[in-house]
Amino acid sequence: MNDFTTIPDYGLSWLEASGDHSDIVLSTRVRLARNLQGHAFGTRARVNDRQAVLANFKEVFARSENLMKGTLLEMKDLGPRARRILLERRLVTSDLIGKTEGDLPAGTAVHFSHRDPLSVMVNEEDHLRVQSLLSGLRIQESWEIVDSLDEELGQELPYAFHHEFGFLTSCPTNVGSGLRASVFMHLPGLVLTKEIGKVLQGLTQVGLTFRGLYGEGSDVVGNFFQVSNQTTLGKSEEDLVDHLDKIVRQVIQYEMQARQVLLRDARGVTEDKIWRAYGLLRYARALSFEELMNLLSGVRLGLSLKLLPGLRVYTLNKMMIFTQSAHLEQAVGKDLGSEERDSHRAAYVRRILSSEGDVITNS
Amino acid sequence: MPDNPCDNCGSKAATVNLTQIENNEMFSYHLCEDCAAQKGLEATTEPPASPLPDFLAQIGDEPREEETSNSECSFCGLAFTVFRETGRLGCPHCYETFESHLRRLLRRVHGGTKHVGKIYLPPDPTVSEIEKRMEALRRKLNRAVEAEDFERAAELRDRIRSLEPV
Repeated sequence: MNDFTTIPDYGLSWLEASGDHSDIVLSTRVRLARNLQGHAFGTRARVNDRQAVLANFKEVFARSENLMKGTLLEMKDLGPRARRILLERRLVTSDLIGKTEGDLPAGTAVHFSHRDPLSVMVNEEDHLRVQSLLSGLRIQESWEIVDSLDEELGQELPYAFHHEFGFLTSCPTNVGSGLRASVFMHLPGLVLTKEIGKVLQGLTQVGLTFRGLYGEGSDVVGNFFQVSNQTTLGKSEEDLVDHLDKIVRQVIQYEMQARQVLLRDARGVTEDKIWRAYGLLRYARALSFEELMNLLSGVRLGLSLKLLPGLRVYTLNKMMIFTQSAHLEQAVGKDLGSEERDSHRAAYVRRILSSEGDVITNS
Repeated sequence: MPDNPCDNCGSKAATVNLTQIENNEMFSYHLCEDCAAQKGLEATTEPPASPLPDFLAQIGDEPREEETSNSECSFCGLAFTVFRETGRLGCPHCYETFESHLRRLLRRVHGGTKHVGKIYLPPDPTVSEIEKRMEALRRKLNRAVEAEDFERAAELRDRIRSLEPV
């Protein structure tokens, strides 16, 4: 089963750009880390621990029809390309599918709910990772649906919970609430006006952390940033979620101000950058993923500043997903070398822009 | 070529142990003084990605305590030294085994050690577990009412009712 037809919207509903501020905030994710009593987790989990956890989970899945109405995918049943597609759609992490080809950890699986935009990863770094992924800025809503499933799951499975430290996790940075709330933000204004360093430093001073969305380690590509809470212990889940929401809204204000500054003080240069980016996307014959992300950043900014009529955020969001390597290979039907990939990527972008995003120009 | 060459330049002896966090993973580097100074400089020209490296580097410099330096979790076999290197615990019992060290670590990382979020009620709860849980739910209910989120308030009220003795 490699076509994910039983996963609602193929797991892509979060691309639809329907939440608040969806031009600046691409998506919101809230995840809870949970472990079961009586089993080792993470690096100390042996094969039988992992299999027992998965077996327990599958048992709940089988008997609680209403709760678990959804699709369960065991990673061992998927081919390597299918696993990479899940990773590229941000539905699983690289820990779940194994970092290298022959390296699939035992008992790994992911469950997609048919009721809500929720999934549960089984046997990642922790036994269970319950996560929601919504488009735009919707932190409170994401938290509520995750909380709701967590409540129900916790009644079926015995979680490891400590009277002082809270929910026990593999990494101490997750202990307590086990909650990591993140938003993916596009901040070209702050980058171009060179304010981004100050803003990011400010985040770390209020208990938040950030990283680049793509790229190795902490590299930033395409002016995308993932902002999340750093602390998970000593604050209630509601406080963590409220706090992130408040700070993210401030960052959105700063970004909007920075964009206005660009329009006011450097309109010509900004417009030129944006149109050049559009032109390359529309006509280039070869695009590396990194170049694509940088061009998309310019076009996304242009769309937000209303300089590119006829283009939709949804189109741009799709472009980020379907141009990744496993997706391209799936579309073409074979493995691709890096030059072939770059050329197929460019072809996909030209096609989608000419059908969905042909910008109306009158000059 | 020295016996323990620097991870970075490979030509001088490693005398400094540098620990960094990237994306919640810990990396340990053994560097010569020059490369360590360079890495330290590089790190300060960018905004810090996370305050964790400073905390954990500090812990790395602390003298080892006698009571935990040789210990091992009796359930999963995780050695304290391995935990220090990887930053990962192995099972719920590790939290008891390494409790005092963890308390210090958690205080540095999170600024506290007490969980104040939602209280977990296992499938077969004791009376005091139920009470703690109801208290936490009542607090949530008050918040929901204050925020005029009556749908959530109703859901929480139902949960509280289902816990009350019959």
